[in-house]
Amino acid sequence: MLPTPSTSHVSFDNVYEPAEDSFLLLDTLSASSETHFLHERFGQPSSATEGIVDSPQGAPLIVEVGTGSGVVLAFVNAHADVLFGHRHILTLGTDINSFACRATETTVEKASAEAPNGHGIFLDAVNMDLTAAIRPGTVDVLIFNPPYVPTAELPNLSQHHQYNTHNPSTGNSFEQDSHLLSLSYAGGVEGMETTNRLLEQLPEILDPERGVAYLLLCAQNKPEKVKEHIRGLGAGWLVETVGASGKHGGWEKLQILRIWRAGSPPAT
Amino acid sequence: MKLLTLNFLTCARRACKSSADAFPLHPRDVELEIVEAEPNPSFLSNILPRLEWPALVTLCAELGLPGLPAEAPEVAELTSGEDGKGGKLAEDLHRLLLETTVKEGALVCGNCGHEYKVKEGIANFLLPSHLV
Repeated sequence: MLPTPSTSHVSFDNVYEPAEDSFLLLDTLSASSETHFLHERFGQPSSATEGIVDSPQGAPLIVEVGTGSGVVLAFVNAHADVLFGHRHILTLGTDINSFACRATETTVEKASAEAPNGHGIFLDAVNMDLTAAIRPGTVDVLIFNPPYVPTAELPNLSQHHQYNTHNPSTGNSFEQDSHLLSLSYAGGVEGMETTNRLLEQLPEILDPERGVAYLLLCAQNKPEKVKEHIRGLGAGWLVETVGASGKHGGWEKLQILRIWRAGSPPAT
Repeated sequence: MKLLTLNFLTCARRACKSSADAFPLHPRDVELEIVEAEPNPSFLSNILPRLEWPALVTLCAELGLPGLPAEAPEVAELTSGEDGKGGKLAEDLHRLLLETTVKEGALVCGNCGHEYKVKEGIANFLLPSHLV
């Protein structure tokens, strides 16, 4: 078992606290079946060239969308050598909540300091909507633990700009913290409204050859329907359930889909 | 935010995605800060294939930082030298990409002119609703 990054410095009044879904991502990404897939896909450093990755495409860029506390991205960055077979990865986080971005930076830096010989390079946590400001075609591994709870409507963003800013004199109001937290779980119709927007961005944002995405879903998101949708994106799109937890009435409560394209990349 | 991060960012506006002018973003009134990071030449070799070199050269010029060679170096140049650490070029790149950070200021899209603020090292790419 690889150590779980500490989030003891994070205020869970306005940032999502790591829970069963976060831990399922950690378990899935570090399971031998998944590390085998990632090792194959992203190359091993060649001993002859002292740590230079065989792939001419260079260090893979790992992006977590909606990092919250940063526990998942911190885990991936800190244990790069175990997950990818080498530590030459770049990691980047995004979140719509600026408090989550700050929390993520600290979580990743603390976890990396505790894994001095195995961690990758953490770039930044950037405040944005999903992948809005990321250059198309640059993401090699995308990880998304979305707001998946079915709700009557999505959070109202008309006050987001004010709520997203820390007010040092008055502190955060209850309304502010409630709004920020709701962004981490409220998913609208079938809990899929935000996830559907991310799925629309996938073909453009992923590296066309080696891009792969990990998406967490709950049973109410109708995972089979989501998988059908992904296969319908076009020729070559593949999707597989690679992690699951907590059976409820015969249904997997949570599951993780791996989404990627066939025929890519060459194994060496 | 690290200058290396800018290699992966563009304007957040949908309409700018297809414009060559939306990358790289242009720094405006920025305050830079050096944050020490452990040197690792083999990391640099792996980052090199990912860099949009002309954009990096532009960024350096706009920030008034020491110039980079106009052409991207070869991977071998970063691991050459007596110690295998690539000498001054590797040192300069390490300083530039991994230790030079934007602490305060703005990043401006060359296509639409929209300005994204950076505060306490965190860049804000959220758009007002009329621009989404």
